[in-house]
Amino acid sequence: MKRLATVAAAAALLLPLAACGNDDAVDPRADVDSTLVVYAAASLKGTFTELAKEFEATNDGVTVQLSFGGSSDLVSQISEGAPADVFASADEKNMDTLVGDDLVSGDPEDFASNTLVIVTPPDNPGDVTSLDDLADPDLDVVVCAPQVPCGSAAQKLATAAGVTLAPDSEEQSVTDVLTKVTSGEADAGLVYVTDAKGAGDDVRTVEVPQASEVVNTYPIAVLADAKQPGLARDWVELVTGAQGQKVLRAAGFARP
Amino acid sequence: MSPVGAPRAPEVPAARRAGRAPRTTGDLPRWVWLPAALGAALVVLPVVALLTRVDWSDLPALLMSESSRAALSLSLRTAAASTVLCVLLGVPMAFVLARSRFPGQALLRALVLLPLVLPPVVGGIALLATFGRRGLLGSSLEVLGVQVAFSTTAVVLAQTFVALPFLVISLEGSLRTAGHRYETVAATLGARPSTVLRRVSLPLVLPGLASGAVLAFARALGEFGATITFAGSLQGVTRTLPLEIYLQRETDPDAAVALSLLLVVVAVLVIVLVRGREGRS
Repeated sequence: MKRLATVAAAAALLLPLAACGNDDAVDPRADVDSTLVVYAAASLKGTFTELAKEFEATNDGVTVQLSFGGSSDLVSQISEGAPADVFASADEKNMDTLVGDDLVSGDPEDFASNTLVIVTPPDNPGDVTSLDDLADPDLDVVVCAPQVPCGSAAQKLATAAGVTLAPDSEEQSVTDVLTKVTSGEADAGLVYVTDAKGAGDDVRTVEVPQASEVVNTYPIAVLADAKQPGLARDWVELVTGAQGQKVLRAAGFARP
Repeated sequence: MSPVGAPRAPEVPAARRAGRAPRTTGDLPRWVWLPAALGAALVVLPVVALLTRVDWSDLPALLMSESSRAALSLSLRTAAASTVLCVLLGVPMAFVLARSRFPGQALLRALVLLPLVLPPVVGGIALLATFGRRGLLGSSLEVLGVQVAFSTTAVVLAQTFVALPFLVISLEGSLRTAGHRYETVAATLGARPSTVLRRVSLPLVLPGLASGAVLAFARALGEFGATITFAGSLQGVTRTLPLEIYLQRETDPDAAVALSLLLVVVAVLVIVLVRGREGRS
């Protein structure tokens, strides 16, 4: 038993060390091989990963390091001094926090918008046809918590449609809602159009007529402490330019 | 569990032969203090840093908010229920592991202790695969009209899953330390196995059982990963204190710190309880 405990303790100590290795991967010889660090909302994972490949292809010797997470998580990391060059938020509120703390260089630019949609498992076990069904206490309904962007959007949407949601769980992020639906644990959930599109055949989508009234706008900005301000501006141009917009549109994002 | 504080064989004669005064710190080389102090700082400093972020004037208001009270009450109720489950299931498990021999016992012990080393989120996924609507048992349970996911039952299951090994290990250690002698004597005097278990074995390891139960309670109270993966998060139903802290952090860091302080206080109380017991026994 003692031996197992020792092995476990050793493993527990080594794991974080292995994780540290990634942070050290930033090359100190920045003028030879430059690394652009992009912090972006989790919902941008697919599109920004694709754009990063294009950026690396057109900028020789440049590596794009992407870090995805909940917008408010990323904001607190940046406020605590995380070495990021660019930040793309899933809502204006979190970007405003950074602007208020003078951590942004120049003005943020809106580059995309997203709306909500109902998703159900492919066989739609709860027979969900409209937002009204999400008020049914007998159905397993999952939404984001009001404290996170997708949750405050869900609340606004419910208010606009005059529906009182009866959620069985208020999740921390939109991806948590999506997994609860794709795994069949929930009968219905409210996610962004882009998440529903990304899930493909794993979900069925049900449009909500009032969704167009509740739009989440995505701003992007170069950070005040950016180590690569030039590359950071190039990145913002790529995202807001024709090429970036094409990729975003294909993933289901709308114009800002 | 291991007799760390037990007196060791005195090595004073050797020191005397060398003409040195016996040192009070024993045979510990001095350099050991440096890494030991660093280790202690690594653990203590973050807790101190947390205390510096507490907004003391708003603390009562932050702790008495409706969502905080709901989370605390849910946490206490579910952790208590899990501890009871852990005792009911863990005590027999510890006896089987410590007092019997059968093929595959070593493997079984390793498997049963798995939640100790498993990341809780993995436990949550495993529980979903078992009790979820489309899980191994979940579909049969649904036919019976029982739904586990998104219910307080799911929270208790998740907490029991991660806390059970703490009780089993603690009690198994006590049983091995206590030895067989009294049990053998009781058996030769004609006591039946159930009587021996009830009247001799259990009273002997009661302190070990108590500290095991306190540890299990603490582990259940702090459970996060398995709960958020398996049970979901809804105020008063599944959103326990750690989940509430994680959520509050999004919008109200002061409230998150205040609730963290509450959990630190509970953790310190638990340590005092367990250590106090071990010191006496």
